Amino acid sequence: MKALALLATLITGSILLYGTMDFPAWGDPQDPAAVYLSPYYIENAVRETHVPNLVTAILGDYRGYDTMFETVVIYCAGMVVVSVLRRSKNDRPENKT
Amino acid sequence: MKLLRERTEKQRLGESLIIQTSVRLMVPFVQLFGLYVIVHGHYSPGGGFQGGVILGSSFVMLALAFDQKSSLRLMSERANAILGNTGAIIFVGVGALCAICGGLFLDYSALDVLIPLGPVEWRSFGIFLVEVGVGLAVMSIMVSLFWDLGSAGKMDEGL
Amino acid sequence: MEDLLVLIVAKVNYWAYVILMMIGFYAMIGKRNLVKKLIGMNIFQTAIILMFVSSGVKHGAKIPILNKYEVLEKGVDVAGVVNPLPHVLMLTAIVVSVSVTGVALAILLRIYREYGTLEEDEILEKLGK
Repeated sequence: MKALALLATLITGSILLYGTMDFPAWGDPQDPAAVYLSPYYIENAVRETHVPNLVTAILGDYRGYDTMFETVVIYCAGMVVVSVLRRSKNDRPENKT
Repeated sequence: MKLLRERTEKQRLGESLIIQTSVRLMVPFVQLFGLYVIVHGHYSPGGGFQGGVILGSSFVMLALAFDQKSSLRLMSERANAILGNTGAIIFVGVGALCAICGGLFLDYSALDVLIPLGPVEWRSFGIFLVEVGVGLAVMSIMVSLFWDLGSAGKMDEGL
Repeated sequence: MEDLLVLIVAKVNYWAYVILMMIGFYAMIGKRNLVKKLIGMNIFQTAIILMFVSSGVKHGAKIPILNKYEVLEKGVDVAGVVNPLPHVLMLTAIVVSVSVTGVALAILLRIYREYGTLEEDEILEKLGK
Protein backbone atom coordinates (compact mmCIF):
# COMPACT_ATOMS: atom_id res chain seq x y z
CA MET A 1 0.00 0.00 0.00
CA LYS A 2 2.77 2.40 0.91
CA ALA A 3 4.72 1.39 -2.20
CA LEU A 4 1.66 2.04 -4.34
CA ALA A 5 1.23 5.46 -2.79
CA LEU A 6 4.89 6.24 -3.36
CA LEU A 7 4.60 5.12 -6.98
CA ALA A 8 1.55 7.32 -7.56
CA THR A 9 3.35 10.25 -5.92
CA LEU A 10 6.43 9.80 -8.07
CA ILE A 11 4.43 9.52 -11.30
CA THR A 12 2.31 12.58 -10.51
CA GLY A 13 5.37 14.51 -9.42
CA SER A 14 7.28 13.72 -12.60
CA ILE A 15 4.30 14.75 -14.74
CA LEU A 16 4.06 18.02 -12.84
CA LEU A 17 7.81 18.60 -13.14
CA TYR A 18 7.51 18.03 -16.88
CA GLY A 19 4.64 20.52 -16.92
CA THR A 20 6.72 23.24 -15.29
CA MET A 21 8.83 23.39 -18.45
CA ASP A 22 6.00 25.31 -20.12
CA PHE A 23 5.65 27.77 -17.25
CA PRO A 24 6.85 31.34 -17.69
CA ALA A 25 10.20 32.15 -16.12
CA TRP A 26 10.28 33.44 -12.57
CA GLY A 27 9.75 37.19 -12.39
CA ASP A 28 8.98 37.64 -16.07
CA PRO A 29 6.97 40.88 -16.49
CA GLN A 30 5.40 39.49 -19.68
CA ASP A 31 4.03 36.27 -18.22
CA PRO A 32 0.36 35.61 -19.03
CA ALA A 33 -0.78 36.16 -15.46
CA ALA A 34 0.59 39.70 -15.51
CA VAL A 35 -0.68 41.00 -18.85
CA TYR A 36 -4.34 40.10 -19.00
CA LEU A 37 -6.33 41.66 -16.15
CA SER A 38 -3.95 43.11 -13.59
CA PRO A 39 -2.69 46.10 -15.66
CA TYR A 40 -6.20 47.53 -15.48
CA TYR A 41 -6.19 47.21 -11.68
CA ILE A 42 -2.73 48.70 -11.31
CA GLU A 43 -3.49 51.66 -13.57
CA ASN A 44 -7.02 52.48 -12.45
CA ALA A 45 -7.53 51.22 -8.90
CA VAL A 46 -6.09 54.27 -7.15
CA ARG A 47 -7.93 56.67 -9.44
CA GLU A 48 -11.25 54.90 -9.04
CA THR A 49 -11.19 54.14 -5.33
CA HIS A 50 -8.58 56.48 -3.72
CA VAL A 51 -7.08 53.53 -1.84
CA PRO A 52 -3.26 53.34 -2.11
CA ASN A 53 -3.12 49.66 -1.15
CA LEU A 54 -4.10 47.86 -4.33
CA VAL A 55 -4.71 44.58 -2.55
CA THR A 56 -7.30 46.17 -0.28
CA ALA A 57 -8.89 47.99 -3.21
CA ILE A 58 -9.31 44.81 -5.24
CA LEU A 59 -10.36 42.77 -2.21
CA GLY A 60 -13.02 45.21 -1.03
CA ASP A 61 -14.32 46.72 -4.23
CA TYR A 62 -13.58 44.93 -7.49
CA ARG A 63 -13.88 41.47 -5.97
CA GLY A 64 -16.50 42.35 -3.37
CA TYR A 65 -18.61 39.28 -4.08
CA ASP A 66 -15.58 37.06 -3.55
CA THR A 67 -14.87 38.61 -0.16
CA MET A 68 -18.51 38.53 0.87
CA PHE A 69 -18.91 34.83 0.20
CA GLU A 70 -15.53 34.33 1.87
CA THR A 71 -17.02 35.80 5.02
CA VAL A 72 -20.05 33.55 4.58
CA VAL A 73 -17.76 30.52 4.20
CA ILE A 74 -15.86 31.22 7.40
CA TYR A 75 -19.13 31.99 9.21
CA CYS A 76 -20.51 28.64 8.10
CA ALA A 77 -17.31 26.94 9.25
CA GLY A 78 -17.73 28.43 12.72
CA MET A 79 -21.34 27.31 12.93
CA VAL A 80 -20.46 23.81 11.70
CA VAL A 81 -17.77 23.43 14.35
CA VAL A 82 -20.16 24.54 17.08
CA SER A 83 -22.94 22.24 15.90
CA VAL A 84 -20.69 19.22 15.41
CA LEU A 85 -18.80 19.44 18.68
CA ARG A 86 -20.93 21.17 21.30
CA ARG A 87 -22.32 19.05 24.12
CA SER A 88 -24.98 20.46 26.36
CA LYS A 89 -24.33 20.54 30.09
CA ASN A 90 -26.99 17.98 30.95
CA ASP A 91 -25.81 15.41 28.43
CA ARG A 92 -27.35 12.07 29.30
CA PRO A 93 -24.78 9.56 30.54
CA GLU A 94 -25.90 6.72 28.28
CA ASN A 95 -24.90 8.78 25.26
CA LYS A 96 -21.31 8.98 26.45
CA THR A 97 -18.97 6.41 25.02
CA MET B 1 2.97 40.03 43.78
CA LYS B 2 2.08 37.82 46.72
CA LEU B 3 -1.58 38.51 46.13
CA LEU B 4 -1.30 37.53 42.50
CA ARG B 5 0.42 34.27 43.37
CA GLU B 6 -2.16 33.45 46.01
CA ARG B 7 -4.92 34.14 43.59
CA THR B 8 -3.46 31.95 40.87
CA GLU B 9 -2.84 29.17 43.35
CA LYS B 10 -6.37 29.41 44.61
CA GLN B 11 -7.72 29.14 41.09
CA ARG B 12 -5.33 26.24 40.44
CA LEU B 13 -4.25 27.80 37.20
CA GLY B 14 -0.64 28.04 38.26
CA GLU B 15 1.34 27.18 35.15
CA SER B 16 3.92 29.91 35.23
CA LEU B 17 3.73 33.32 36.82
CA ILE B 18 6.00 34.85 34.19
CA ILE B 19 3.82 33.72 31.31
CA GLN B 20 0.63 34.80 33.00
CA THR B 21 1.90 38.24 33.93
CA SER B 22 3.40 38.92 30.52
CA VAL B 23 0.25 37.75 28.76
CA ARG B 24 -1.83 40.00 30.98
CA LEU B 25 0.39 42.94 30.07
CA MET B 26 0.53 42.09 26.37
CA VAL B 27 -3.14 41.49 25.63
CA PRO B 28 -4.23 45.18 25.45
CA PHE B 29 -1.37 46.00 23.11
CA VAL B 30 -2.12 43.02 20.89
CA GLN B 31 -5.75 44.13 20.65
CA LEU B 32 -4.71 47.69 19.87
CA PHE B 33 -2.41 46.40 17.15
CA GLY B 34 -5.21 44.30 15.71
CA LEU B 35 -7.49 47.35 15.51
CA TYR B 36 -4.65 49.31 13.92
CA VAL B 37 -4.15 46.63 11.27
CA ILE B 38 -7.88 46.64 10.48
CA VAL B 39 -8.37 50.40 10.16
CA HIS B 40 -4.99 51.03 8.50
CA GLY B 41 -5.56 48.49 5.73
CA HIS B 42 -5.93 51.28 3.18
CA TYR B 43 -2.40 52.57 3.60
CA SER B 44 -0.26 49.63 4.72
CA PRO B 45 -0.29 45.83 4.54
CA GLY B 46 -3.30 44.73 6.49
CA GLY B 47 -7.05 44.57 6.35
CA GLY B 48 -9.98 42.79 7.82
CA PHE B 49 -8.74 39.20 7.66
CA GLN B 50 -5.32 39.87 9.13
CA GLY B 51 -6.50 42.25 11.83
CA GLY B 52 -9.33 39.93 12.79
CA VAL B 53 -6.91 37.06 13.26
CA ILE B 54 -4.67 39.25 15.46
CA LEU B 55 -7.66 40.32 17.57
CA GLY B 56 -8.74 36.72 17.93
CA SER B 57 -5.25 35.61 18.85
CA SER B 58 -5.32 37.87 21.92
CA PHE B 59 -8.20 35.84 23.34
CA VAL B 60 -6.53 32.59 22.33
CA MET B 61 -3.44 33.76 24.21
CA LEU B 62 -5.52 34.39 27.34
CA ALA B 63 -7.11 30.97 27.06
CA LEU B 64 -3.71 29.32 26.73
CA ALA B 65 -1.93 31.15 29.54
CA PHE B 66 -4.79 30.97 32.04
CA ASP B 67 -7.66 28.67 31.20
CA GLN B 68 -10.69 28.80 29.02
CA LYS B 69 -12.96 29.96 31.84
CA SER B 70 -11.00 33.16 32.33
CA SER B 71 -11.10 33.98 28.64
CA LEU B 72 -14.83 33.27 28.70
CA ARG B 73 -15.15 35.73 31.60
CA LEU B 74 -13.56 38.49 29.54
CA MET B 75 -15.45 37.68 26.34
CA SER B 76 -18.65 35.78 26.91
CA GLU B 77 -19.96 33.42 24.30
CA ARG B 78 -23.04 35.52 23.77
CA ALA B 79 -20.98 38.65 23.11
CA ASN B 80 -18.78 36.66 20.74
CA ALA B 81 -21.79 35.42 18.79
CA ILE B 82 -23.25 38.92 18.64
CA LEU B 83 -19.97 40.34 17.32
CA GLY B 84 -19.65 37.65 14.66
CA ASN B 85 -23.21 38.11 13.44
CA THR B 86 -22.77 41.88 13.47
CA GLY B 87 -19.68 41.56 11.28
CA ALA B 88 -21.42 39.40 8.70
CA ILE B 89 -24.49 41.66 8.74
CA ILE B 90 -22.35 44.81 8.28
CA PHE B 91 -20.88 43.34 5.11
CA VAL B 92 -24.14 42.12 3.60
CA GLY B 93 -25.97 45.19 4.89
CA VAL B 94 -23.59 47.63 3.19
CA GLY B 95 -24.06 45.70 -0.04
CA ALA B 96 -27.83 45.71 0.31
CA LEU B 97 -27.83 49.41 1.21
CA CYS B 98 -26.04 50.13 -2.06
CA ALA B 99 -28.78 48.26 -3.90
CA ILE B 100 -31.48 50.14 -1.98
CA CYS B 101 -29.87 53.49 -2.79
CA GLY B 102 -30.15 52.81 -6.48
CA GLY B 103 -26.84 51.25 -7.46
CA LEU B 104 -25.74 47.70 -7.97
CA PHE B 105 -25.15 45.31 -5.08
CA LEU B 106 -21.80 46.20 -3.41
CA ASP B 107 -21.33 49.27 -5.64
CA TYR B 108 -20.40 51.69 -2.88
CA SER B 109 -20.53 54.81 -5.05
CA ALA B 110 -24.33 54.56 -4.95
CA LEU B 111 -24.23 55.54 -1.26
CA ASP B 112 -23.47 59.08 -2.38
CA VAL B 113 -27.18 59.95 -2.13
CA LEU B 114 -27.08 59.42 1.65
CA ILE B 115 -24.11 61.62 2.51
CA PRO B 116 -22.66 63.54 -0.43
CA LEU B 117 -18.96 62.81 -0.14
CA GLY B 118 -18.40 62.11 -3.81
CA PRO B 119 -18.58 58.67 -5.44
CA VAL B 120 -14.86 57.97 -5.34
CA GLU B 121 -14.56 58.83 -1.64
CA TRP B 122 -17.57 56.64 -0.97
CA ARG B 123 -15.86 53.72 -2.65
CA SER B 124 -12.89 54.21 -0.31
CA PHE B 125 -15.16 54.51 2.74
CA GLY B 126 -17.28 51.55 1.69
CA ILE B 127 -14.15 49.40 1.58
CA PHE B 128 -13.42 50.55 5.13
CA LEU B 129 -16.90 49.57 6.36
CA VAL B 130 -16.60 46.19 4.71
CA GLU B 131 -13.17 45.60 6.25
CA VAL B 132 -14.53 46.32 9.72
CA GLY B 133 -17.29 43.78 9.13
CA VAL B 134 -14.82 41.16 7.93
CA GLY B 135 -12.54 41.84 10.91
CA LEU B 136 -15.34 41.36 13.45
CA ALA B 137 -16.57 38.17 11.79
CA VAL B 138 -13.09 36.65 11.50
CA MET B 139 -12.22 37.49 15.11
CA SER B 140 -15.41 35.92 16.44
CA ILE B 141 -15.04 32.77 14.35
CA MET B 142 -11.36 32.32 15.27
CA VAL B 143 -12.11 32.57 18.99
CA SER B 144 -15.10 30.28 18.65
CA LEU B 145 -13.07 27.69 16.73
CA PHE B 146 -10.40 27.69 19.42
CA TRP B 147 -12.88 27.41 22.27
CA ASP B 148 -14.71 24.50 20.72
CA LEU B 149 -11.70 22.61 19.43
CA GLY B 150 -9.62 23.22 22.57
CA SER B 151 -12.20 21.83 24.97
CA ALA B 152 -13.75 19.25 22.61
CA GLY B 153 -17.09 21.05 22.85
CA LYS B 154 -17.44 20.89 26.61
CA MET B 155 -16.45 24.53 27.26
CA ASP B 156 -14.65 23.65 30.49
CA GLU B 157 -11.05 24.45 31.43
CA GLY B 158 -9.79 23.47 28.00
CA LEU B 159 -6.18 22.94 27.12
CA MET C 1 25.98 24.75 -19.12
CA GLU C 2 24.85 28.33 -19.41
CA ASP C 3 21.43 27.21 -20.63
CA LEU C 4 21.07 24.80 -17.74
CA LEU C 5 21.85 27.56 -15.25
CA VAL C 6 19.26 29.85 -16.86
CA LEU C 7 16.71 27.03 -16.75
CA ILE C 8 17.40 26.35 -13.07
CA VAL C 9 17.10 30.02 -12.10
CA ALA C 10 13.88 30.38 -14.08
CA LYS C 11 12.17 27.24 -12.81
CA VAL C 12 13.62 26.35 -9.41
CA ASN C 13 10.70 27.84 -7.48
CA TYR C 14 8.16 25.75 -9.42
CA TRP C 15 10.21 22.62 -8.73
CA ALA C 16 10.24 23.43 -5.04
CA TYR C 17 6.45 23.80 -5.06
CA VAL C 18 6.01 20.53 -6.94
CA ILE C 19 8.16 18.75 -4.37
CA LEU C 20 6.22 20.34 -1.50
CA MET C 21 2.94 19.42 -3.17
CA MET C 22 4.05 15.82 -3.59
CA ILE C 23 5.01 15.61 0.09
CA GLY C 24 1.47 16.67 0.92
CA PHE C 25 0.01 14.28 -1.65
CA TYR C 26 1.96 11.33 -0.26
CA ALA C 27 0.84 12.17 3.26
CA MET C 28 -2.76 12.30 2.07
CA ILE C 29 -2.81 8.95 0.30
CA GLY C 30 -0.04 6.97 1.99
CA LYS C 31 -0.53 7.59 5.70
CA ARG C 32 -3.07 5.70 7.78
CA ASN C 33 -3.56 8.29 10.52
CA LEU C 34 -6.31 10.83 9.88
CA VAL C 35 -4.44 13.71 11.54
CA LYS C 36 -1.44 13.03 9.31
CA LYS C 37 -3.74 13.11 6.31
CA LEU C 38 -5.02 16.50 7.46
CA ILE C 39 -1.47 17.84 7.85
CA GLY C 40 -0.72 16.56 4.35
CA MET C 41 -3.70 18.49 3.02
CA ASN C 42 -2.40 21.64 4.70
CA ILE C 43 1.03 21.18 3.09
CA PHE C 44 -0.69 20.73 -0.27
CA GLN C 45 -2.62 23.97 0.19
CA THR C 46 0.54 25.80 1.22
CA ALA C 47 2.29 24.66 -1.95
CA ILE C 48 -0.55 25.96 -4.10
CA ILE C 49 -0.61 29.28 -2.24
CA LEU C 50 3.15 29.69 -2.70
CA MET C 51 2.87 28.91 -6.41
CA PHE C 52 0.17 31.52 -6.98
CA VAL C 53 1.98 34.21 -5.00
CA SER C 54 5.20 33.56 -6.89
CA SER C 55 3.36 33.93 -10.20
CA GLY C 56 2.73 37.57 -9.31
CA VAL C 57 6.41 38.47 -9.07
CA LYS C 58 7.99 40.84 -11.60
CA HIS C 59 11.69 41.58 -11.70
CA GLY C 60 12.63 44.84 -10.02
CA ALA C 61 9.03 45.69 -9.16
CA LYS C 62 7.78 47.27 -5.95
CA ILE C 63 5.01 46.23 -3.57
CA PRO C 64 1.44 47.09 -4.63
CA ILE C 65 1.08 50.00 -2.22
CA LEU C 66 1.36 53.22 -4.19
CA ASN C 67 1.70 56.86 -3.36
CA LYS C 68 -1.80 58.19 -3.90
CA TYR C 69 -1.04 61.78 -4.89
CA GLU C 70 1.83 60.83 -7.16
CA VAL C 71 -0.34 58.28 -8.96
CA LEU C 72 -3.23 60.73 -9.35
CA GLU C 73 -0.90 63.28 -10.94
CA LYS C 74 1.41 61.18 -13.10
CA GLY C 75 -0.09 57.72 -13.46
CA VAL C 76 1.77 54.51 -12.73
CA ASP C 77 4.20 52.25 -14.54
CA VAL C 78 2.60 48.80 -14.77
CA ALA C 79 5.92 46.95 -14.97
CA GLY C 80 7.09 48.61 -11.74
CA VAL C 81 4.37 47.15 -9.49
CA VAL C 82 3.94 43.45 -8.74
CA ASN C 83 0.72 41.77 -9.81
CA PRO C 84 -1.75 42.29 -6.92
CA LEU C 85 -4.36 39.84 -8.16
CA PRO C 86 -2.73 36.58 -6.94
CA HIS C 87 -2.25 38.17 -3.53
CA VAL C 88 -5.97 38.88 -3.26
CA LEU C 89 -6.92 35.39 -4.42
CA MET C 90 -4.52 33.75 -2.00
CA LEU C 91 -5.67 35.93 0.89
CA THR C 92 -9.10 34.41 0.45
CA ALA C 93 -7.61 30.96 -0.13
CA ILE C 94 -5.78 31.15 3.21
CA VAL C 95 -9.05 31.91 4.98
CA VAL C 96 -10.76 29.00 3.24
CA SER C 97 -7.89 26.74 4.31
CA VAL C 98 -8.35 27.86 7.93
CA SER C 99 -12.07 27.09 7.70
CA VAL C 100 -11.44 23.69 6.15
CA THR C 101 -8.86 22.86 8.82
CA GLY C 102 -11.26 23.86 11.58
CA VAL C 103 -14.13 21.79 10.25
CA ALA C 104 -11.84 18.82 9.62
CA LEU C 105 -10.46 18.96 13.16
CA ALA C 106 -13.99 19.11 14.55
CA ILE C 107 -14.98 16.03 12.56
CA LEU C 108 -11.80 14.25 13.69
CA LEU C 109 -12.64 15.01 17.33
CA ARG C 110 -16.11 13.61 16.74
CA ILE C 111 -14.66 10.46 15.13
CA TYR C 112 -12.35 10.01 18.10
CA ARG C 113 -15.28 10.41 20.48
CA GLU C 114 -17.22 7.77 18.60
CA TYR C 115 -14.55 5.15 17.82
CA GLY C 116 -11.78 5.92 20.30
CA THR C 117 -9.08 5.97 17.63
CA LEU C 118 -7.89 7.94 14.63
CA GLU C 119 -6.17 5.09 12.79
CA GLU C 120 -7.93 4.22 9.58
CA ASP C 121 -7.51 0.43 9.89
CA GLU C 122 -8.94 0.29 13.39
CA ILE C 123 -11.93 2.44 12.39
CA LEU C 124 -12.60 0.16 9.42
CA GLU C 125 -12.32 -2.86 11.71
CA LYS C 126 -14.87 -1.38 14.09
CA LEU C 127 -17.15 -0.45 11.22
CA GLY C 128 -17.00 -4.00 9.83
CA LYS C 129 -18.38 -5.57 12.98
